[in-house]
Amino acid sequence: MTNETYIKIGMADLKAVGGRSGILRTTGLGSCVGLTLHDPQAGVSGMAHIMLPDSEIAREKPFNVAKYADTAVPELIRQMKALGADEGRLVAKMAGGAQMFNFTASEAMRIGQRNVEAVKRMLHRFRIPLVAEDTGEHYGRTIEFHCDTGLLVVRSVQQGVKRL
Amino acid sequence: MDPLKQMADFQLDVLKEVGNIGAGNAATALAKLLNKQVDMKVPLVRIVSFQDVAESLGGAEEVVVAIFLRVSGEAPGNMFFILSVPSAKKLLGGLAGIRSDDPDAFTDMELSALQEIGNIMVGSYLTSLSDFTRLHLVPTVPSLAIDMSGAVLSFGVMEYGQTGDKALLIDTKFLEGELEVEGHFIFIPDPQSFKKIFTALGVPFDDQ
Repeated sequence: MTNETYIKIGMADLKAVGGRSGILRTTGLGSCVGLTLHDPQAGVSGMAHIMLPDSEIAREKPFNVAKYADTAVPELIRQMKALGADEGRLVAKMAGGAQMFNFTASEAMRIGQRNVEAVKRMLHRFRIPLVAEDTGEHYGRTIEFHCDTGLLVVRSVQQGVKRL
Repeated sequence: MDPLKQMADFQLDVLKEVGNIGAGNAATALAKLLNKQVDMKVPLVRIVSFQDVAESLGGAEEVVVAIFLRVSGEAPGNMFFILSVPSAKKLLGGLAGIRSDDPDAFTDMELSALQEIGNIMVGSYLTSLSDFTRLHLVPTVPSLAIDMSGAVLSFGVMEYGQTGDKALLIDTKFLEGELEVEGHFIFIPDPQSFKKIFTALGVPFDDQ
């Protein structure tokens, strides 16, 4: 293992990197979704920490595009293309979208599931295949994406480590 | 526009004072529940951005015990009571007299006690907020989770706080003899609730 650089993605944040190196990392995903896109040929990778499904509810202006699924996905693709990625070669992985607290769940409370569905809709729209996911359930996750290999490592308190 | 950005210092002071009284009532409630003398250090009350809430609890990955409830009524919002795992163990062993050998995992008995303690803490905090503002505030049944702080807290700003990614954070220390337990109240009013709370407190609040 070489000394890989960690690139932190905050909450409602997204980043794209080229050069086939580094580890994209976001911590403490609950109902949020961590999405990674990867163009293996160009060696360009990106990650978004998405909080909500739809920017229509955004009342702040200008709003943070990384916060919402419908705006974060196109922005991440745009930034990756600027680094030389080809939209047609992108593959996606995602994790998160948990339901952290048990309620007699009203529709509004199932935000994790709605985030997952919204991200999938966007991937479908851009015809990006979702090759792996670890979503739903009731636990928090931290994810690390290895830009050289395209490996997504998902860590959780309850379930240990998964490699996708 | 974020209502907190426009908040004057004296408005913050009012919100802080409500937090102070709320935490005090929670200490009294805890003393009654455990039938022990419980003292409280003057709490540290801050308004922080959402990212900083998780940071101040030891980072988004730090495992915490979280009690969450939704507040409905005239000024809806989300409320958490958060303990670190060692603090929860101290509270259980030292105060409630429930001992276990495992420093990391919780038994059903411990979880049930934590849930009950959490209920009383958030309930008494909410009652003082309601008394102080004379607003009708109704808590939902609280729910408990033990997981990464970022994961549990993000729930609080998600659905309802569409613009509210700021939170009122109240760090308290409860003392029983030599024993010190640190707990955190986090109240995240829905954006439209700020105006109602301030108006109820007689503080002018211009939201635009």
